[in-house]
Amino acid sequence: MKTWIAFWNIMKKDVRTYYLKPPNISWGIVFPLSWTLMQMIRSSGSVDLSSIREMLPGLIAMSVLFGTTSMLAVTITFERRGRSFDRLLLAPISLRAMVTAKLSGAVLFGALNAFVPVILAAWFVDLSEVNWVSVLLAVFLTALTSALMGLVIAVSAKEVFEAQTLSNFFRFPMLFLCGLFLPISSLPVCLRPISYMLPLTYGTDLLNSSILGASAMPPVLCIAVLLVFAILLFEFCQYSISRKWIL
Amino acid sequence: MSKTDIVTVTNLSKRYGSITAVDRISFSICSGEIFGFLGPNGAGKTTTINMMTGLARPTAGSIIIDGIDAVRNIKKAQSIMGIVPDESNLYDEMDGFDNLCFCGALYGMPRAARESRARELLEQFDLLKAGNRPFKAYSKGMRRKLTIAAALIHEPKILFLDEPTTGIDVESARQIRNLLLNLRLRGTTIFLTTHYIEEAERICDRVAFIVEGRIVAEGSVSKLLGSTGHGHAIRLTADAALEPFVCELQARVPGCTVRAEPGHAATVVSKERIPLYPILQYLDEQGVSVFEAKELTPTLEDVFVKITGIEAAESRKEARKVGIGR
Ligand SMILES: Nc1ncnc2c1ncn2[C@@H]1O[C@H](COP(=O)(O)OP(=O)(O)OP(=O)(O)O)[C@@H](O)[C@H]1O
Ligand SMILES: [Mg+2]
Repeated sequence: MKTWIAFWNIMKKDVRTYYLKPPNISWGIVFPLSWTLMQMIRSSGSVDLSSIREMLPGLIAMSVLFGTTSMLAVTITFERRGRSFDRLLLAPISLRAMVTAKLSGAVLFGALNAFVPVILAAWFVDLSEVNWVSVLLAVFLTALTSALMGLVIAVSAKEVFEAQTLSNFFRFPMLFLCGLFLPISSLPVCLRPISYMLPLTYGTDLLNSSILGASAMPPVLCIAVLLVFAILLFEFCQYSISRKWIL
Repeated sequence: MSKTDIVTVTNLSKRYGSITAVDRISFSICSGEIFGFLGPNGAGKTTTINMMTGLARPTAGSIIIDGIDAVRNIKKAQSIMGIVPDESNLYDEMDGFDNLCFCGALYGMPRAARESRARELLEQFDLLKAGNRPFKAYSKGMRRKLTIAAALIHEPKILFLDEPTTGIDVESARQIRNLLLNLRLRGTTIFLTTHYIEEAERICDRVAFIVEGRIVAEGSVSKLLGSTGHGHAIRLTADAALEPFVCELQARVPGCTVRAEPGHAATVVSKERIPLYPILQYLDEQGVSVFEAKELTPTLEDVFVKITGIEAAESRKEARKVGIGR
């Protein structure tokens, strides 16, 4: 019960004081929106509504990625700099529960972000054939692995700007390698193994199968791989935090 | 461990690479006392607090807090601790009230309990009006007070404070010392570090001197004060220079040494207690009036200087700035 109170409040505080601030919310709205417009204008010179559906999985993946990775990396580095992170280490709540609470805030925010493009798209195209359960699962797992990558960055960075730079350093190549813009099969052979080492690749594929009904890998495989990524990253983060931050 | 010990530290060490920050220290703290950890900069005070509270892992040694092995089971021990770090570590973006409530939540306090306790603390610390201002808008003294309040939200059994009065004004420092004394009255055990010797002398029941990671003296303030072996000293202030009377005074009080000082004063030092009557009588005969005869007691600083050979003048100078010095 006590752990639950602490858990809930850590998560609530993060969402309220960091994530639900206008500049952060704009990532989830402005970025997908401008991306969609750009794609539509480029593809036909005029606005082509039918392409919205094809773009939706990519937009969702991007919103999640942008809503989670740097958020967690930056807020944790920020709290470390201001020493308020020590408070969490000094609280009588296990490291595991504390890390999970921190992650949950970012995952929740990432998931909310994901539904901004969905709601916008729903105005223009028919989404009745979408497998929503599978979308939710894909969003959750993508958000979880992205947030964990943010945590990996937070454990490696000392300064806020370092966290920011590192996030982008990973995020942009990831967008190009995960099969969002170019199918993996069209990438140079030497880059393909890297694609398969990115959780986002599996998240995107799972979204493709849920929304478009077409995918490169069986959904069950994607789910399994994402879960393995999540567990490994979680254990790594927890180990690093306890090694590096408890002096 | 005796029945009243709440903290027992044994052979505690901490090494950072080749630096030994804390070197096999042992001490215990009785339940309900104020225990002062005194030492110059870099002595290992913060490192010791960090190890006791779970921010640092001891390289060796054991820490028992309220019967809990705090090295193995720190999370359990943390629930009875309140911790005030040397720098404020509250959340800049949140207001005072929310900061306190959040800290209460970290200790698993239900909403109603933490909210009423937060209000109570804001009132007690004179911060009620600032309660809905963001923490980043607080002055240094207000920040320190709120940080202490945050450590008290869950009514901890033992309170750790790292240099609670460093860098704040006379009045705030005094308020904080009074607060600590009040907490002790209510049974809270307090461990504080400071480099203001006078502060320790004023409020601590027992102190330990730590220098370069080692405890060089430990005991009750009165015991340490008695250990200097200074003998007795009296300082006289008169209406004329006392220089001409030094020899005769030494003759009248056997075994004493008299030293004239500027400002019509003199210090009389002796192994035995010093009788005042012969001195006053003689000076009166010489037509000199004595206004004041004051017994000079050794201070903790004398003890510290004697034991460590370290000039504590620096710390004293700094202490004056914040109004602890006399
Ligand atoms: N994380 C660390 N890595 C390396 N050395 C450290 C670390 N923390 C402390 N030290 C060293 O340990 C020694 C003791 O430091 P500590 O902070 O405990 O001193 P202190 O008594 O609190 O001093 P102050 O009065 O300045 O706060 C110092 O020599 C310091 O340089
Ligand atoms: Mg210190």
